[in-house]
Amino acid sequence: MINKKDVEYVADLAKLYLNEEEIEMYTKQLDSILEYIEKLDQLDTSNVAPTAHILPMKNVFREDQIEASLEIEDVLKNAPSTEDNCFEVPKVIE
Amino acid sequence: MGLHKKTAFEIKESIKNKEIKAVEVVESLLKHIEKTEKDIKAFVRLTPDIAMDQAKKVDEKIAKGEELGDLAGVPMALKDNICTQGVVTSCSSKMLENFIPSYSATVNEKLGQAEAVLLGKSNMDEFAMGSTTETSAFHMTKNPWDLNKVPGGSSGGSAAMVSADQAYFALGTDTGGSVRQPAAFCGVVGLKPTYGLVSRYGVVAFASSLDQVGTLTKDVKDSALVLNTLAGHDKKDATSAGVKKVDYLDGIEKGIKGLKIGIPKEFFGQGLSTSVEKALNEAIYTLKQLGAECENISLPYSEYALPAYYIISSAEASSNLARFDGIRYGYRPEDFDNLEDLYKKARSQGFGSEVKRRIMLGTHALSSGHYDAYYKKAMKVRTLIKEDFDKAFKKYDILVSPTNPSTAFNIGAKIEDPLEIYLTDIYTVPLNIAGLPGISIPAGFSEGNLPIGLQMIGNVFEEKTLLQAAYAFEQGTDFHKKRPTFGKLVK
Repeated sequence: MINKKDVEYVADLAKLYLNEEEIEMYTKQLDSILEYIEKLDQLDTSNVAPTAHILPMKNVFREDQIEASLEIEDVLKNAPSTEDNCFEVPKVIE
Repeated sequence: MGLHKKTAFEIKESIKNKEIKAVEVVESLLKHIEKTEKDIKAFVRLTPDIAMDQAKKVDEKIAKGEELGDLAGVPMALKDNICTQGVVTSCSSKMLENFIPSYSATVNEKLGQAEAVLLGKSNMDEFAMGSTTETSAFHMTKNPWDLNKVPGGSSGGSAAMVSADQAYFALGTDTGGSVRQPAAFCGVVGLKPTYGLVSRYGVVAFASSLDQVGTLTKDVKDSALVLNTLAGHDKKDATSAGVKKVDYLDGIEKGIKGLKIGIPKEFFGQGLSTSVEKALNEAIYTLKQLGAECENISLPYSEYALPAYYIISSAEASSNLARFDGIRYGYRPEDFDNLEDLYKKARSQGFGSEVKRRIMLGTHALSSGHYDAYYKKAMKVRTLIKEDFDKAFKKYDILVSPTNPSTAFNIGAKIEDPLEIYLTDIYTVPLNIAGLPGISIPAGFSEGNLPIGLQMIGNVFEEKTLLQAAYAFEQGTDFHKKRPTFGKLVK
């Protein structure tokens, strides 16, 4: 259902580092969980519409009016690293 | 004085009628918490200064004869995934260990307007992922009925503290049963409202199409009392429903004569423990004695709810937790080589193993080549499950089932095999999939004196009927009056 290579690939997509022991463990566990989930294949859903959202709501808009937002000071309060009212990040572009 | 043993309703009336000062109530509770917390450890954070401050303000208003909020002076706690401005909100995770929100969740604001008093934040499974509170990154909460047993999860702290009389009520969140299951394990009342009835603004998201804030209380009346404050449309939550305001206390004593109750046979099958089955059969007999008409029904697709839930919730969680990257808030590693390294170290060191497991399951389910087979398939099964319930509610007013297949198990018993823990959510999960309201109420005790919960399922936005039925059963029994003394049973 899922092998070590799949787990390594998924961990990369999810931005997680896994050591050898963890790859072993998660492969076993995810494989067992996915095997259980296979139960859904017993159902023929070819003529069933998917439910993305349980309430019959669409396009919940509000008027485009400017209202008070968070103060910049508050927004940056929890940031590990800031400069000039911005979040500081490692260089992205060479 | 036994003040801590009262209900929220009793305490609010006592304060309103000047029988006692709000400050005295807080002092009494803080003393009781000090005595009991070394054993229970339900809190991750106590806020005694805030509590005293809020209580003083209520006492001042009473002295001046001013009008009071609906919950004036009632001390409560909030699960630690509900944002409290200025107070650390950690989701019991290393990732948010020092995170201080700049705003409060709408439910917190509403409780503030009702003048309830904040005692602290309650322990939980990390990011609400778990059914035992064992995945909390900080410490384990114990079940007040037996300190070797789990309180349930993910709202284990909230359930344990209400059970141990440390708070008159607490808020939790319920994505797959996380309010109802610990309520049943701890012998208290756990309510999950209809999806959309209570605002999710400021509640750290796990699975956005399934999460709902719920209440943990000592009895059904308290549940209705708190729901009156929490329910209502919130323009800050785009998934919040615009339904007419209802007074859930009004007519709660209506009784259940002629109420049509469906008993889904799929919820009474293999895997149900003997003690739970016995208690449920006796409960159904009680419901009939109280005048309800009980009939066996079938919900053929309900057995597919659990696998569908694990795909949907994990997929949505993988998306929701992508925001935790060490940049704007949360855990950041000391050293890193580049941006990619920062992201991976922050997330690998900040998240626990259950969270990583679910993120990976969700990422896999949504990845190219798997989306149709997993996520889209689960969404289609969701339609089938909802239709099953719609059909049932054409004929029946409420449905009844056990909350959990068993009573609370030992701490550490199931943590090795994640699938084994997932399977314990089997009766609670269908309600989140279908967006329906549900309540777990005390329905007996096992031979080992562990609480057993009865689950009542209501139709969409029919909390009034649900609470009336729950109240009738509760008042027709005395299970809710029993309180634990950490291993011993006292009335």
